[in-house]
Amino acid sequence: MSLDAKTVAKMARLARVGLSDEQVHTYQKEMQGIIGWVDQLNEVDVTDVPPMIGTGLAQPRLRDDQVTDGDCREKVLSNAPDREGPFYTVPKVVE
Amino acid sequence: MSSIFDYTLASAREALRARKVSAVELVDAHIEAIERLDGGLNSFITRTPEQARLAAKEADTLLAKGEGGSLCGLPIGIKDLFATEGVRTTAASKILGNFVPPYESTVTANLKRDGAISLGKLNLDEFAMGSTNLTSAFGGVENPWKRRDSDAKLVPGGSSGGSAAAVAAGLVLGATGTDTGGSIRQPAAFCGITGIKPTYGRCSRFGTIAFASSLDQAGPMARNLQDCAILLESMAGFDPKDSTSVNKPVPHYEAALGRGVKGLKVGIPKEYRIDGLPAEIEAIWQQGINWLKEAGAEVVDISLPHTKYGLPAYYIAALAEASSNLARYDGVRFGERVKGDSLDALYEATRAAGFGDEVKRRILLGTYVLSSGYYDAYYLRAQKVRTLLQRDFLKAYETVDVILAPTAPSGAFAWDEKPTDPVQVYLNDVFTVPASMAGVPALSIPAGLDSRGVPLGLQLIGRFFDEETLLAAGSVLEKAASFTHRPTIHAGVSA
Repeated sequence: MSLDAKTVAKMARLARVGLSDEQVHTYQKEMQGIIGWVDQLNEVDVTDVPPMIGTGLAQPRLRDDQVTDGDCREKVLSNAPDREGPFYTVPKVVE
Repeated sequence: MSSIFDYTLASAREALRARKVSAVELVDAHIEAIERLDGGLNSFITRTPEQARLAAKEADTLLAKGEGGSLCGLPIGIKDLFATEGVRTTAASKILGNFVPPYESTVTANLKRDGAISLGKLNLDEFAMGSTNLTSAFGGVENPWKRRDSDAKLVPGGSSGGSAAAVAAGLVLGATGTDTGGSIRQPAAFCGITGIKPTYGRCSRFGTIAFASSLDQAGPMARNLQDCAILLESMAGFDPKDSTSVNKPVPHYEAALGRGVKGLKVGIPKEYRIDGLPAEIEAIWQQGINWLKEAGAEVVDISLPHTKYGLPAYYIAALAEASSNLARYDGVRFGERVKGDSLDALYEATRAAGFGDEVKRRILLGTYVLSSGYYDAYYLRAQKVRTLLQRDFLKAYETVDVILAPTAPSGAFAWDEKPTDPVQVYLNDVFTVPASMAGVPALSIPAGLDSRGVPLGLQLIGRFFDEETLLAAGSVLEKAASFTHRPTIHAGVSA
């Protein structure tokens, strides 16, 4: 499968990673190489094989519907790069 | 005892209890060694000497009363992927350069509970993505080992390269690592120390910065197996805060060390004899087989037929999970922010400046294999191959108790010998990835030196939650190998 520069630029947009044209070019070559290498998985017969979602060792468990944590607004906000009072700030989203 | 740096974790524990040494002396000596050597090695990202000295005084008070936990007064290091309350936690990334967690990871909380004293946060590949420790935003780590004939800086392996280098150089008595596809075992092998990747679900992942959640597992790194057993017993255990944590009692791991291997069946997977395997690796593997045979184990040839597909399937699964896990670093709630005119521009600028090249490449690839139209071809197929990899192991364990293999396809290489092709770098993990994919436990012990004087490791892979058999077989190898070599750069060697 070929992975062209347009696709790399699209992935960068989807992942919200800003890339220069030059970087798109570099990543395109490297990613093409890696994708070419993983294509060997097509040799494997996976008919009727279920996907492995986890190791299956941990049992799903229920807990009581009780508050066990919280009431720590200052802690939660302590690493905010920018804030106003109890709010995180972002650039204007709605005009 | 000729030097304070001859202590292992276990012998220091005894000396502390017998009051032959104080926690303050022990901690001070290691802080001094870090100051003396770590400017060059760069194994620490953040040092915490004041907190450590304070904790050492408290430990001495407890020890004097005959109290204190199993690790009371012992200086260790913490991979900078574990959140530590009030102590900067970076994941070796610029994007978390100033992140100070308001909470503590379960693994480090357990170690603290038992009295271990952290000397600081250890360097790693950025977000644990790498096998060289050269992708850290805080600079690469130097392996304290040197080749006999050269002064070239060697890589410590990765991603837990700072942990491995600090333990090997005698800067700490033990350290935490995390292993996603080999990140404990490969650096342990490169630095001539011991490391255990426990069964997935044995140690809580709560508070460990996520790379690939279905693979990440914390484990101990130390100078020998007994030290690893002591650390693992403290680190392991059920945690309701981690939905993949398994509720099983934690055994007294040290007790398993002396069990021996009489009658134990050891599998030798033929698929691990890959093309181009260096003769020295082949030889040390054969040596390991002989050591186990001599101790009474039965050696059986086995097949793990899907081994070849372990690496490509691993990279798809790990990159997909990474792209999802790293979506949270957006410059809004925590981490470094780069301003932008719109919210999208802020995200893009923040992530462009905050992530290094390897991390960006993995996020982009992970986004690709999960994207519409490619999900089935890549991610779903990789998960199916993962089922086959796990079945390989489960089938093998119908006839054998443990599997012996090399840890890595080479010894440590020089900084400037790192291949430029990412696929070539990924091949470092060829022997460690399959156990990670299956979720089974594995360990690496130093088995000897190559012709250039650099350590080589042997790997044992076990059944789910059978870390004890790993320790029993590992202990036999450890005794036979009697690896007492020390790296060129070591706290006990005065300049």
